[in-house]
Amino acid sequence: MFTNLLGGLDTNVFDEFRRLETEMDQILGRWAWPAGIRAVRRGTFPPINVGATPDRVDVYVFAGGLDPKTLDISMQQNLLAVSGSRKVEVDEAADYYRRERFDGDFRRVITLPDDVDPERVDAKYRDGVLQITVQRREAARPRQITVN
Amino acid sequence: MSAAKQEVAKRESTDVQAPKAREESLALAPAVDIYENAQGITVQADMPGVSKDGLRIQADRNSLVIEGNAVIDVPAAMEAIHAEVQATRYRRSFALSGELDAERIEATLKNGVLTLRIPKRAEFRPRKVEVRVG
Repeated sequence: MFTNLLGGLDTNVFDEFRRLETEMDQILGRWAWPAGIRAVRRGTFPPINVGATPDRVDVYVFAGGLDPKTLDISMQQNLLAVSGSRKVEVDEAADYYRRERFDGDFRRVITLPDDVDPERVDAKYRDGVLQITVQRREAARPRQITVN
Repeated sequence: MSAAKQEVAKRESTDVQAPKAREESLALAPAVDIYENAQGITVQADMPGVSKDGLRIQADRNSLVIEGNAVIDVPAAMEAIHAEVQATRYRRSFALSGELDAERIEATLKNGVLTLRIPKRAEFRPRKVEVRVG
């Protein structure tokens, strides 16, 4: 997703994360790597990535072809819920060979780090990716301590 | 269209020289809907994160290849804490049959959804056969 920003596939922050998870699965077996209680089956629409920096958490929702007006984003403490609907137009006169694209209503709920501030949330939708940026509370950021 | 076709030819020759097996394995196959009506075949593909600049479509008589590079806005110091999308590229290919006119494919990209219309050659469009009684 970020090849051009981070300089190559090998350094891709999410690829690396996934590789590690896959390796852990292979070494320890699935049961040794407990899934989050709100984790969903692979292939659930829409897929979501979450990234964090010391001052903010960004949630990327990969959902092409949405009308942003149908989106409902809400936060309760550190629980983020995103719902919306995607309508795929169907050509009644056509023969369909493949119908893989998601059609209908969706809702996803994910847990963010505890220190996010539910009052400071921004969202934008571009090229089919909904990016939700949540600021973290000041106190949680690492602070440089000077030794006198 | 001629400039686009040159691009197609160039890419094919470099692909032959340096097959990129690893990149290939990292590519996501976008979900597609494919349907056919009297005019031709339509392919719709979900490629969130891909803009017009990141999209590449190669088509010739026999094959259609859809590729896209997804780009999203990631701050420099970001660490992944959850990742369901595992790659930065989309790629999917299809075999085309001879009645389709690859020269006249129309592509549109909107909100991360690619729509390709591949028309049938005129002589292959269905003609209604009238049945005379008597």
